[in-house]
Amino acid sequence: MLAPALVWWAIFLALPMGLVLATAFFKGGAYGAIIYEPTLRNLERALDPLYVGVLWHSVWLAMLTTAICLVLGYPAAVYIATRASARTRTLLLVLVILPFWTNFLIRTYAWIVLLNREGVVNGALEGLGIVDEPLSLLYNDAAVVLGLVYGYLPLMILPLYAAIERINPEVLEAATDLGARPLRALRTVMLPLIIPGIVAGCVFVFVPSLGNIPVPELLGGGRSEMIGNLINRQFLTTRDWPFGSMLVLALMVLLMALLVLQSFVLRRSRQVGVDG
Amino acid sequence: MGEPRRPLLAAYMGALFAFLYLPIAILVVLSFNDSKLATVWRGFSLRWYEELFRDTEVLLSIRTTLVIAIAATLLSILFGTLLAFGIERHTRSPALENGIYLPLLIPDVVTGIGLLSFFATISLPLGTTTVIIAHSVWGTAFAAAIVRTRLRGFDRSVEEASLDLGVREVPTFLRITLPAISPGIIAAALVVFTLSIDEFIIAYFTAGQTVTFPIQVYSMIRFGVTPEINAVATVMLLFSMALIVGAYLIARPRGPRAARPGEGPA
Repeated sequence: MLAPALVWWAIFLALPMGLVLATAFFKGGAYGAIIYEPTLRNLERALDPLYVGVLWHSVWLAMLTTAICLVLGYPAAVYIATRASARTRTLLLVLVILPFWTNFLIRTYAWIVLLNREGVVNGALEGLGIVDEPLSLLYNDAAVVLGLVYGYLPLMILPLYAAIERINPEVLEAATDLGARPLRALRTVMLPLIIPGIVAGCVFVFVPSLGNIPVPELLGGGRSEMIGNLINRQFLTTRDWPFGSMLVLALMVLLMALLVLQSFVLRRSRQVGVDG
Repeated sequence: MGEPRRPLLAAYMGALFAFLYLPIAILVVLSFNDSKLATVWRGFSLRWYEELFRDTEVLLSIRTTLVIAIAATLLSILFGTLLAFGIERHTRSPALENGIYLPLLIPDVVTGIGLLSFFATISLPLGTTTVIIAHSVWGTAFAAAIVRTRLRGFDRSVEEASLDLGVREVPTFLRITLPAISPGIIAAALVVFTLSIDEFIIAYFTAGQTVTFPIQVYSMIRFGVTPEINAVATVMLLFSMALIVGAYLIARPRGPRAARPGEGPA
């Protein structure tokens, strides 16, 4: 019974990944041809400061997005998890997730409507006499981060909620009753229990943010480029597939490093939970 | 005991929901605006919807997307249900149990590029078929995860009773097991279907010259802000939300009745 799906994934997931891995070490020829001669040229080129810069810029924006989602999402998760009625909790959760199930492009487009020079925000600011001429709110890093936060915030709230909801409030009360100051109680009792939720939320937000294409394309307008745009161009415009594959490989290596870090943090937090 | 009253937190929650819903709500309102300008309200009008339903390119892309979504959903349900059974009943391998979520962890751009390279290498022309295959890759993972949850809550003794009474395995599966887990399968189908009609990146790389609905929306957005997009967005938002609320209502546990076998379509 396992066979059909596993064969399907072997052909259409494992094989393509292997192919990308291999292509990254071949030469790119004219008109998008791939010359099947092993080379390290693509790796050298990817280490050019120009490309490392874009990679670093992507990591930075994805990290910023993740941090903002955590700060915005945490109070919301606490609020939902501490509702007494299960019905209210479910309703609030559904309301948080619902936007996530709608078209991502349309949610990104909504911000163009709001932020462009003839958009809703500029119209309101001018109408109120706050500004004389429209502000350039789009096509910068802030707009990209805003779009990513808007897109992926539900993915942070969900695992945070799941972690907080499991905590028995009496444990915290016991800690304070035994003389722990609120902050210390929070750090030693709550944090080890919440860390798995935080880690899951951060991974859920960071992964799709890092490899995003439409948000930097539509809200960054080429002025805030991320690795996804670079990959996109290598494959569909420049047609240098081997170099594009090397960039995909770089993205995958980054994400694998993240997953290793994740399991490390989880193991540490379990130790803290047991020892302290 | 009541819940902790935290007015500040409640106010924050309100602001958060405003942040999540206001941009979408503004799109919906503007889709009924007679004016071409986002900042001027010139009265209620359905002209953008009329324009939308006369736009043959948009209609064709919707058709393409529906064909892809239906086919990808069927494939995903088939593979995903089998996978869920296999993992729940025939293996105790934690690596495999966690492995089924792997396709969901790979960024869309990586999946899309991998499949593009693969299809090019085996010279499979890009189009509807290749997008169906691509969507079924992660659709299978979603379906397996959802069906598995349902399967775990299923009381196997009913199945064993049926077998003990001499009913063969296949009829037992069709008349006892399948009806009991069918809410999980239907919910999985709705989720995969919704994801497929909204999916952009993977389709963008694997569709070739074929234009799916999200690809159409993308090129319209790149072309510029037009009120017609607001109408498209509104239709799309309502459709996705209806599907997901439907999936939720079907999949949620409904007390002891939900576990009773033989319920649902026989």
